[in-house]
Amino acid sequence: MPDVTPDTKKVWQRRDRNHQIMIWLGQFIAVAIFMYCWHLVSEKTTWFFVLDAPRIATDMLERMMPPKWTYMETLWRPIWDTVAIATLGTLMAVVMAFPIAFLAARNTTPSTAFVRPIALFIIVASRSINSLLWALMLVTVLGPGVLAGVLAIGFRSIGFVAKLLYEAIEEINETQVEAVTATGASGPQILNYGIVPQILPAFAGISVFRWDINIRESAVLGLVGAGGIGLQLSASIDTVTWTQVSVILIVILATVIVSEWVSAKVRHSII
Amino acid sequence: MLRLDKLTKQYKTGDLALKDIVLEIPDGQVMALIGPSGAGKSTLIRCVNRLVEPTSGKISLNDLELTTLSQGQLRKARRRMGMIFQEYALVERLTVMENVLSGRLGYVGFWRSYFRKFPQSDIDEAFRLLERVGLDHMANKRADELSGGQRQRVGICRALIQNPELLLVDEPTASLDPKTSRQIMRLIRELCHERKLSAIINIHDVLLAQMFSERIVGLQLGEIVYDGPPDGMSPDVLTQIYGEEDWEATIEKVDDEDEAENVDVSASADAESS
Repeated sequence: MPDVTPDTKKVWQRRDRNHQIMIWLGQFIAVAIFMYCWHLVSEKTTWFFVLDAPRIATDMLERMMPPKWTYMETLWRPIWDTVAIATLGTLMAVVMAFPIAFLAARNTTPSTAFVRPIALFIIVASRSINSLLWALMLVTVLGPGVLAGVLAIGFRSIGFVAKLLYEAIEEINETQVEAVTATGASGPQILNYGIVPQILPAFAGISVFRWDINIRESAVLGLVGAGGIGLQLSASIDTVTWTQVSVILIVILATVIVSEWVSAKVRHSII
Repeated sequence: MLRLDKLTKQYKTGDLALKDIVLEIPDGQVMALIGPSGAGKSTLIRCVNRLVEPTSGKISLNDLELTTLSQGQLRKARRRMGMIFQEYALVERLTVMENVLSGRLGYVGFWRSYFRKFPQSDIDEAFRLLERVGLDHMANKRADELSGGQRQRVGICRALIQNPELLLVDEPTASLDPKTSRQIMRLIRELCHERKLSAIINIHDVLLAQMFSERIVGLQLGEIVYDGPPDGMSPDVLTQIYGEEDWEATIEKVDDEDEAENVDVSASADAESS
């Protein structure tokens, strides 16, 4: 902000004095809060256990070795379930998110006063609940099994896909839409010719990205009984068979690497 | 014949883009509309096919009153008016053929258009038009693979396949090099003569307007300040339309608020140089 001193020499400073003091004050408060929290955490930590951690960890690693490879025979089915949960859940989410995104986007919604808030609420509601929580509730309602997992993944992903997609819809080039409108096209035709081609790459990218995330999420859903490899994981931890746990962790790692590779390939070929 | 009667457009921001415009364009006439940015040129042609809703006044195409049409009737009326855009406005990710055929959307049902099952007669016509503009070998290329001049030719095909009575042309050459600009303008004029089409061409380049139109209308701040033959353009008339340096501040202001709906390129430079 420019400031004129008495001898009319023009002085330039990025901020005026009060503004600068406020910023320093803000930084001071942030540091103070951080120190205070650190203090709280430190007080509630049993430092004896933390200091002991390296020994316990090496002990656990030793007990994980060597991985019990024969356990793989019983793992193929849960792996398949995990991938199926992720894929079906993503599919369900994508199908439901597509129309919701159009209802939520400012430039395509039928009514900003009524429909758009509802669509936005669905998106927020779906996003605010973690898939593990969805699974916990759905297992209570539907009983344990793959179906609960699929729905949990699906419900969580609707919001994610719809949010990113409606942002993409709001960023389209309006003159292309105008040009299609000018030909006398109907509403659905404008959607089909003017808008959908523009958002298709984003849509495909978002879906594959979410599928990739869902593979990871569905691997832990079994912890609450919603099917997949997590079931075996929790069983192995409960029975303290660490050699099986290590196999499962390796398998999850491998699955995620493969899914990451697949989604990278797909995204690359579309965009 | 297109007739504008006391056409007025006021934007929500309060800007009066068009003030009581009275204009008649006989069948088969190619008219150039010139004027500085923010003069209301884009607004005027967008009012005709109601991409912009006029505030008051009447617009009639032959005997059809356009301003009072319902949505369904408006769609039917829009089929009779082809539009060509400044930045081509092709759907980039669709093929050339799909872009041309999208000009027929007003005539075919949703599912036929969804499955790209257009009537054979439309496809024949599309190939004929593409051949006429020299792009028939490009039919299956994606629109974003084409050069500027090629894209504008596709845009022309899309407008013509509507079988329109009127062409609304918004700055067809604004993003093209001088040579391509002339070719595109020549093409538009030839096609209008071949098909006895009338056309309103918004254009910044006064020289091009003089070369390729039969009549020039000068618009300034929403009012017609010149209406006459191309050879009637004189330095005095140009000053009248574009004003002197002092005008810039006023024009700029209108321009900024107008920008949201019409994308124009600065006009004054062209005017001064010609």
